[in-house]
Amino acid sequence: MEQEIKLLKGNEAVAEAAVRCGCDGYFGYPITPQSEILETLMELRPWETTGMVVLQAESEVAAINMIYGGASTGKRVLTSSSSPGISLMGEGLSYMAGAELPCVVVNVSRGGPGLGTIQPGQSDYFLATRAGGHGDFNMIVLAPNSVQEMYDFIFTAFDLAFRYRNPVMILSDGVIGQMMEKVTLSPALPRRTQQEIARDLRSWALTGKPAGERRNIVTSVQLDPHVQEGVNHRLQAKYKAMRENEVRCESFLCEDADYVIVAYGCSARISRKAVELAREAGLRVGLFRPITLFPFPYAELSALNARGFLSVELSAGQMVEDVRLSVGCRARVEHFGRMGGVIHSPNEVFEALTSKFTDK
Amino acid sequence: MSAKVNEEMIIAGFGGQGVLSMGKILAYSGMMQGYEVSWMPAYGPEMRGGTANVTVVVSSDPVSSPIVQEFDTAIILNQQSMDKFESMVKPGGALIYDANGITRHPTRADVDIYIIDATAEAASRGLLRMFNMMILGSYLTVRPVVTLENAVRGLSKSLPERLHHTLPDNERALRLGGELIRKVVL
Repeated sequence: MEQEIKLLKGNEAVAEAAVRCGCDGYFGYPITPQSEILETLMELRPWETTGMVVLQAESEVAAINMIYGGASTGKRVLTSSSSPGISLMGEGLSYMAGAELPCVVVNVSRGGPGLGTIQPGQSDYFLATRAGGHGDFNMIVLAPNSVQEMYDFIFTAFDLAFRYRNPVMILSDGVIGQMMEKVTLSPALPRRTQQEIARDLRSWALTGKPAGERRNIVTSVQLDPHVQEGVNHRLQAKYKAMRENEVRCESFLCEDADYVIVAYGCSARISRKAVELAREAGLRVGLFRPITLFPFPYAELSALNARGFLSVELSAGQMVEDVRLSVGCRARVEHFGRMGGVIHSPNEVFEALTSKFTDK
Repeated sequence: MSAKVNEEMIIAGFGGQGVLSMGKILAYSGMMQGYEVSWMPAYGPEMRGGTANVTVVVSSDPVSSPIVQEFDTAIILNQQSMDKFESMVKPGGALIYDANGITRHPTRADVDIYIIDATAEAASRGLLRMFNMMILGSYLTVRPVVTLENAVRGLSKSLPERLHHTLPDNERALRLGGELIRKVVL
């Protein structure tokens, strides 16, 4: 498969990326607004070309445990769902973090709580960055804001998942999943052979114990509290390394900005247009986009000298807490966002900015 | 290199009228012409028989927001969409509508209003399945965002190969739409 340019939905781009990045297996259960991931994989029929397995599980709980099994053997495994389905996967994610297993989970989020709406939402920020499941664990969370990034981040996510032996979440939303844009598809990478996995991942993966070597045990249970505490210290050291090495972010017109909008995913796209509207109106406004939500770019945001920061998210205000942690008391921090599947327009963001800051 | 363009438009009507595919063909055509494009559908239950709409942006520059609430052009194909989107056309923009089923006609004096009896014409010519191509052709006549040649190329990209024998009919429908559209003088 050579480099190609296509017009694709974000969800379709995830499926193309999975096949081209040498993914070994996809396990998932349909849910709007991400069902095209499984549907596109079924159309691409990668089992006939790369040998990748594509399986519709009987539930999200089954899917994440299939992922657990596949990851235990050192395979590159992917699942995807939308908010309520991701909640169901929480237990499995925690087990995988505890057992130190790599996987990639795509959340094309919708408005909640509960079954909520099938329309876009960004109210899974806390779930992704604070509580993907029980226990003290973190996942790297990548937030694409274009169809191209939906594609590219599958490659990035697998690299990071294996570098840290930890689940990586791609937190997208119904806008980015459903919209079509131009995407450059990179040449396909081969799947790793069984010999390569056995050679490179021998220290932990279940690849069949050669005679005379020690066996690997994949588990997240340690009944001795002192042993469990030791595991926790090791995990925390890993999360610290993620915080130190994996922060990704982007700024647009922030150098001279009096006010900075902070937004990720679809809200970053909408807010970029709001910044253009503000600049046309003569206001010095910039956009700061966290690309990793964990680790959050605290230092990079804190380095900006704006008077006010507006966190724009399709939620009641979740990321705004990280914006406050970055900025502290030296500038005003406000939140704006529609909820329940209603999407704010660029004009609404611009109006929120002016009404929250200029009259005070 | 193509001319500088930044067209933010919406196509709105019933599910089944080919609203989403019309938008997709326009997006493909824009891509063929070297532009940046985005295609954002109102997805979900609307697709299954209710109202359907899609926002398409065709631009010389990277598309900032795929979500817009003011449109350079609105193509309106039913009364519900007229009620919702007439007020969202930018002053100086264009509103194109099919007269079929419209009980309250547009009244905006600050936009260019065009009418096409595409449903009736398509039915009388036995071209009902080409209805959306007539609409697209009429649009490209008054808003030449992409050339007709690139629209045909976009169409052949978005049609599955088994339907490629319909390309000549579709191209005829595109041209016919351009001939049938007329400006409304209030």
